[in-house]
Formats: sequence, structure tokens, C-alpha cells
Amino acid sequence: MTELHHLTLAELNEGLRARRFSSVELTRHFLARIERLNPALNALITVTAEQALAAAHRADELLASGEAGALAGLPLVHKDIFCTDGVLTTCGSRMLSNFVAPYDATIVEKLSQSGVVMLGKANMDEFAMGSSNETSFYGPVKNPWDLKKVPGGSSGGSAAAVAARLAPVATATDTGGSIRQPAALTGLTGLKPTYGRVSRYGMIAFASSLDQAGTLTYTAKDAALVLRDMAGFDPRDSTSVDTPVPDYLATLDQPLAGLKIGLLKEFFEGGLEESTAKLIREALQVYERLGAKLVEVSLPNLPLSVPTYYVVAPAECSSNLSRFDGVRFGYRCENPKDLVDMYKRSRGEGFGAEVKRRIMTGTYVLSAGYYDAYYLRAQKVRRLITDDFARAFQQVDVLMGPTSPTPAFDIGAKVDDPITMYLNDIYTIGANLAGLPALSIPCGTVGGLPVGLQIIGPHFAEAKLLNVAHGYQNETPWHRAIPKGYE
Amino acid sequence: MMSWETVIGLEIHAQLATRSKIFSSAATAFGAAPNAQANLVDLGYPGVLPVLNREAVRMAVKFGLAIAAQISPRSIFARKNYFYPDLPKGYQISQYEKPVVEKGRMQILLEDGTVKVIGITRAHLEEDAGKSLHEDFHGASGIDLNRAGTPLLEIVSEPDMRSAKEAVAYLKKIHTLVRYLEICDGNMQEGSFRCDANVSVRPVGQEKFGTRCEIKNLNSFRYIEKAINYEVARQIEEIESGRKIVQETRLFDPDKGETRSLRSKEEANDYRYFPDPDLLPVVIEQDFIESVRATLPELPDQKAARYIEKFGLSAYDAGVLTASREMGDYYEAVLAALKAKNLEGNEKLAANWTMGELSAALNKDGIEITQTRIDAERLAGLLARIADETISGKIAKEVFESMWAEGKDADTIIEAKGLKQITDTGAIEKTIEEVMAANPKQLADYRSGKDKLFGFFVGQVMKVTGGKANPAQVNELLKKKLAAG
Repeated sequence: MTELHHLTLAELNEGLRARRFSSVELTRHFLARIERLNPALNALITVTAEQALAAAHRADELLASGEAGALAGLPLVHKDIFCTDGVLTTCGSRMLSNFVAPYDATIVEKLSQSGVVMLGKANMDEFAMGSSNETSFYGPVKNPWDLKKVPGGSSGGSAAAVAARLAPVATATDTGGSIRQPAALTGLTGLKPTYGRVSRYGMIAFASSLDQAGTLTYTAKDAALVLRDMAGFDPRDSTSVDTPVPDYLATLDQPLAGLKIGLLKEFFEGGLEESTAKLIREALQVYERLGAKLVEVSLPNLPLSVPTYYVVAPAECSSNLSRFDGVRFGYRCENPKDLVDMYKRSRGEGFGAEVKRRIMTGTYVLSAGYYDAYYLRAQKVRRLITDDFARAFQQVDVLMGPTSPTPAFDIGAKVDDPITMYLNDIYTIGANLAGLPALSIPCGTVGGLPVGLQIIGPHFAEAKLLNVAHGYQNETPWHRAIPKGYE
Repeated sequence: MMSWETVIGLEIHAQLATRSKIFSSAATAFGAAPNAQANLVDLGYPGVLPVLNREAVRMAVKFGLAIAAQISPRSIFARKNYFYPDLPKGYQISQYEKPVVEKGRMQILLEDGTVKVIGITRAHLEEDAGKSLHEDFHGASGIDLNRAGTPLLEIVSEPDMRSAKEAVAYLKKIHTLVRYLEICDGNMQEGSFRCDANVSVRPVGQEKFGTRCEIKNLNSFRYIEKAINYEVARQIEEIESGRKIVQETRLFDPDKGETRSLRSKEEANDYRYFPDPDLLPVVIEQDFIESVRATLPELPDQKAARYIEKFGLSAYDAGVLTASREMGDYYEAVLAALKAKNLEGNEKLAANWTMGELSAALNKDGIEITQTRIDAERLAGLLARIADETISGKIAKEVFESMWAEGKDADTIIEAKGLKQITDTGAIEKTIEEVMAANPKQLADYRSGKDKLFGFFVGQVMKVTGGKANPAQVNELLKKKLAAG
């Protein structure tokens, strides 16, 4: 029998509108699953059961009166990086372990207006810094496909929650791959929109020029449904772009015949495991069957994206995280001797090792005498990478390749080796540096673990990406796969 | 003994008179309860973002146009990173490499009457920090973030000034200008207009600058002059005693009248400036510049030139009358009222009275010209009586005092006190004859050659008439009568 958590978000939406079930039933169903399954997964930091049921009641009333928003009654989990009014917002850090946000992030507000029901807040790497969700102050998140494995990061809690069917959708953020890599490692559709497509207001900043909010869902259609209500210009975010939001659902079914797919030569070199490469090639064959043409393209500067990213992102984070000083909010050490002692101990005790590593790296690359050699040079390379992508999109409609070099790895396997950990983002970082939209969709499994196909598009080509992903999902079963024990 | 030359550059912080803050919608009004005017953006809460206030950009452009500067078509906000409790984000948003205004200039009038041009390197927009309060918190510090995020225009001069007096003259000109432009209220006590001075000395004739010290906390024109003079003397003393000047920041202590070291260059923060990724570059189109140019008022220097050329005033007088927009407005209102009485050609008289009696009375009462007890129309009424010789200048001063005290117009007071000038030749002659009769000895002495006694007779006549006799007529008639014997 089909249970509610087997349905996609789009199917749940139809069911709610057809009154086949109520939002309260749906909410209770997912809350019960969270209660039962979350302790082993550690996917959620906060569960807002009471507020969720109240919101579900309101949604049911609105659905009955016909005044409901587009997403009315649909349960959702927010990554704990988004400020939620009156609800603990930790960013996965001890620093904010006592921080109840006094306002809603723009996307939280927009989705609430559309009628979503927030079930809780998802675990994440501390301040979104990590690729395995092991840096969280709240402990590592387990991958529902194998509890010994990481779910990816930094949106590991969001990914595990959706993969384990604790919620049909989760918000997430992507600074260097933090939506797409967890999507790949947990078998989900993860969309990182164009930089500026979705407001960053109320999303706790890691690296402001790279951060972008997006979604983790089962299908491209689900992502289209949510993005439509999340995206759009926000006068409170100067970097959000004032360009109309298309109806992403309307173009999902466009045929893919004649689609020009660029295969990134650089993505098939280096650390890519053969078993993963094989699944990517099979996915490409599906596209060929649908009438797409494959063209090999080269982005010569792309191999520089990891070092470039690990200058730009820490530089911005070192400054963005200065506000966590124990003065106005967040963690403050016990009995500070004086001001400097308060700063040192509040920050020393409040931040974890990875965050400190990046703050120090960032402080170094911005300091007098090093700025030109590191920060300025990284910005120049960033420009070159952006130009490489722009040239590629003169030839092709989308670029494809793997999302991650390997499937999910063991918890603890890379935690002491930051460089290997950083190389996990080798395929995803380019899109962030260039501000491009990109998504990851599941394309098979290796040893029972999901593998992701990454699709990158030109600026504001979300509709095309979703259309391309949807075409594949019409042909393949991977997005329907549920990890064992979570059926 | 070596002679030394002083080199001074000023950094002025003018708080822009916008209604809301530079990156948030919170109000900027002075004097609210602590932290009542600090919203989440000002408090640097997690997740909040800055949004640039266009009005602040408009004001910066207005200033740039008024100092004949270049307006950057594209300027960039950067972050200046340092930790301090009254700096909520741990960085100040400022403009570093690309300021909105570059390469302007300002003329000052030196004491010897020559004009000197002071270069203005740049003017950039930035946000102010909050205030730390160290009293009344029993060993802790209080933080008031009302001021955090208030827009500032930092105006950086070239090291073009050569004395404390020049520095003050320049500062006063900028002070006048920002108030003319209505971009800053200029209130130094409330900190809306502040100044740091970079001071160095070098042997006369040497091209290379000496090592400079930056003096902070200069919040009155008087302090600035005192602080610079103290600092110059200190630096010369140091060098002449065989020591070296250390580049450092010094704080002026107004109670002791001296500067003391705050921090050396080595202790200075590495601010790690980098472009703020939360803000887009500020792009200023020519159309916008022209629309701002159209709002420029007549500038102080233009107004002063007009006073010199059209009214025949001296450069000094024109400078004083244009030192504030309100002063110039008052002066021109007096001229307009005189014109309405068909008494044109009294521009010099009006200037003397506005700068003299009126300014003295304002100073004495400690009030601004906008609060004057004698409005322009009434002052013109008084001047009209001088011009038509109803009263003498000396009597006019008495009338002015009564007007100031009683709030009545000149004619009412002249009438009530019987101060109308005596211009009747017969009456004056009669008085002269009386005085001559009462002082036979002096008369004899005068006639035997003591010319100096003429003044004595004038004085006696004026005394008898209570000062009301027309002085010119008294002179003329007295000469005749005294000679007649």
C-alpha cells in the first residue's frame, strides 16, 4: 500500500487539494516518523511539533475555504541556517546554541505565506563549513542508506531528513556544493539556483558571494514547485536580482531532442571513481536516447576552483563570523576577566575546529602583505573560471558530469584530513564561483549507495535545468528509491 | 636655531543628515534612549544584510560637486575589520580603494588677505560605530548602538595647510559648506562634525615630509587650534632634543591642553580591507549627477564674490556674511527691506550693522541668527533712520539696544524717547551760542590758536543736545561761529 511518505511533494500537493487527506494528517504522519526515526539519524536539531500542527490546522482551513497558497499544508524542514522567528536557530554551532531568532528569513517568510508547515530545523555542518556533516556541534548526521556513512554536507541534516522520508522537502544552502553533494550522497534532487535568484536575507552568512539557498526534494518537479515560491527579488538583499520568476512547472515537459549537453572533460579526470563514472556515462546515454547531443567541452581553469574557493570562502567567512563576539547574542564564556578575554574565550569555546581553521585561513589571506598574493589573485582566477563557463555556454545548453567523485564515505574517514575532505567539492565549487545554477539528480547506486549526476546551466536557466532533470526522471526509477528501513 | 615648517592634513567626519541610517531603515535622530534606534541590521544580527541608502549617495555627490571634485562612476564599499564592542558586525562598511568623490578643492582666505587652495584628496561614505559608555556600569561597559550605522562622509584633505590657523580656516569653510548644502547639521557637540588632524614638522626648505602624528578627539574649532599648536611645539622639542618622532595616534586632552599617545603604528590594527560582498558597486550615472547639480544652492564662495562685486564689500566682510547660509539670508533680507523703502546703496551700512551690533547681541545672548530678537525688517527700519539722518549712528546704537530689549521697532523708540536728530540750523546755532557764552576761557584760548579745543566745543554742543544734534551740521556751524568773533 502506498503510504503518505511514498508520495512526492507534487503528489502530496494534489492529494491535499483533492482533500484525500488533510494537512493535519500529513503533518502527524511525518512528525510520527521523525519521532521514531530521527534519533538514529540525528537529522533534525529542533522539532517544532506544536507550531507545525497549528500551521497544519490553519492550512486545512484555508484549503477548505479555497484561499490557500500554492504550497498550503505541505510539511517542510528548514536547514538550521535560516532564521526562524521565535525558534532556536543554531547554524550547527555551540556559538548559536542559545540563539532564538527574532525574525524570519525572507525564504522562511515567503514559504510560510505559501502555506508550508515547518516540522523542524535540520542539522548541518557548523556554519555550513564541511562536506560530511561531521562538524556540527550537535553531532554527525547519519546517511539513511547506511548509518555508518556520512550524508554529505553541509546540508546533511536536510538531505538525511528527506531521504529518510521524515519530510517531503527541505530547504538547504550551497556555498561550494552543500546542496548538490548531500543530494548525490543520499539519492535526492538538489537544486542550487543562480546566485541572486533567492534572497539571502535571514540566511546566516558563510561566504556571502557564494552562498545560495535552494531545495532538497525527490524530483525535479518538486523542486520546481518550491522554487517558484522561494525565488524572487528581495529589497532587503542587495545581491538578489530583480528579474521575473518564471513558472518552472510550465516548462518541465519540454522535449529534450536537440539539447546540447557539454561533457566537462575536467570532470572525468583525477579522483573520479570508475564505478561512479560508469553510472554517469549510462545517464548520458539516456539523454542521447531522448535526442540530446553530447559535446566534449573543456574549462581549462576549472582545476583551480578548489584552491580559489579555499581562499575566497574563508576570507569572507573570517569577516562574516566576526559578529559572533559574545557581546549581543549567542555564546558568551563564563566570567570573562576583561574584554579581550571575553572575545578569546567566547570565540574559542563557541566555534569548532573547522570553523576556526577557516577563520584563520581567511584572516591570513586578507592580511597586509598577503592580500594581493592570495585574495586578489583568487578573485582573478574566479573571473577566469566564470569566463570559461560563459564560453562553454556559447556552445552547449547545459553541462553535465558527476556531482561527487565517490559515493558516501564512512563517518570519521576524512575528518582528520581537511585536504581530502575539501577535494570532495571539486566538481561542485565551479558553479558557486561563477554564480551558476546547478542541480544533482540520482542516477543509480554503487554498492547500495546513491550516485548523483550534476547538471549546470547558464545564469537564470533554472527552468532549463529542471526541464532537463525532469526528462531524465521520466525515464528512470532512481528518484523513487527509498533506503531500506525507511519504506 | 633651525626654523620649522608645519604640515597639516585634516580628516573630517561629517554626519550626513539623512532620516534613516546608511544601511538600515532605523532613524538617525540624536538623543533617543540607548539602543532605541538600533534595529537588527544595526545590531549585526545573524543573517541580516545592508541595503544602501540612496539619499546618502546623493548627499556625497552634492558635496563632491560643491568642491569641484570628480564623482566616481563606480565606487566600492569595503569592509574594515576590527573587533570592538561598539562595532556590532566586527567590521565597518566604508569605502577604501574607490571612494565616491575624488580630487576636489577648497579656497581659504589667509590673514594677510591672500587666497589659498587646499586640495581635497577624497570624500567617502561610511557607517559610524556605536558608543561605549564606561561610567555608571560598576566595572562593566555599556554599549549604545543608536549611532551605529549613521552615515558619515569622511573628507580627507591633502597635507596642504601650514599652520593651525589655516587648518581652522579650512575646517570652518568645510563646516560652512556642508551646512549650506544641508547635508550635515554641523553640530560639533553632538559629534555630527568631527575632525582628526595629521600633523608633522620639517625644516624650512626641506621637501620631504616629517613623520606625522594623527590627533584625534578634536570637537571644537578652539581645541583644534590648541591641539595643533601643542603638537607642533612638542614635535619640534622632540627633534631639537635629538629624539625622533614616532608615527602614532595621539589623543587631545582638552582639560590639560595637551596631546598624549594612544597607539603607535606597530600597535595599529591590520584592517584587512576587502570589497563587501553584500553590496553591489555604487554606479553613478551622469543623469543622476546632473539632477544633483540642479539642486546646488549658491555656494559660500560664489555668494561672497557677489557681495564683493555688487555691494563693494571687502573680502573679509563678504567672508563673515557668508559664513552661514542664515547670516547671508538675513543680510540680504535687510537689503531687500531697505530697497523697499527706496534706500538702495546702503549695502556697506547694512553689512556693518549685521556683522557688528547684531552679531555682538546674538553672541552676548548665545543665540543663533535664526532666533534673533530684531528681524531683518526691523533692522532695516533702524538703518533707514540713519540713512535719512533722523538719528546719528551713535544714537542708533542706543535705539538698537532698546529694540533688542523691548522688541519694538526703531520709529516707536525714537519717538518715545525723543531721539530724533536735531537738524534745525537755528536750534543748533542757538545751542552753540549758549555753549560759547558758558565757556569764555576756552573760547579765548581757541581764538588765540588752540585749534584742538574745537573738539571740546563739539562735545559740549552734543552734551547739551543729548547727542541728538546732527554731527555734520554741528561741525560746520561751530566752525563758522568760532571763527566769526
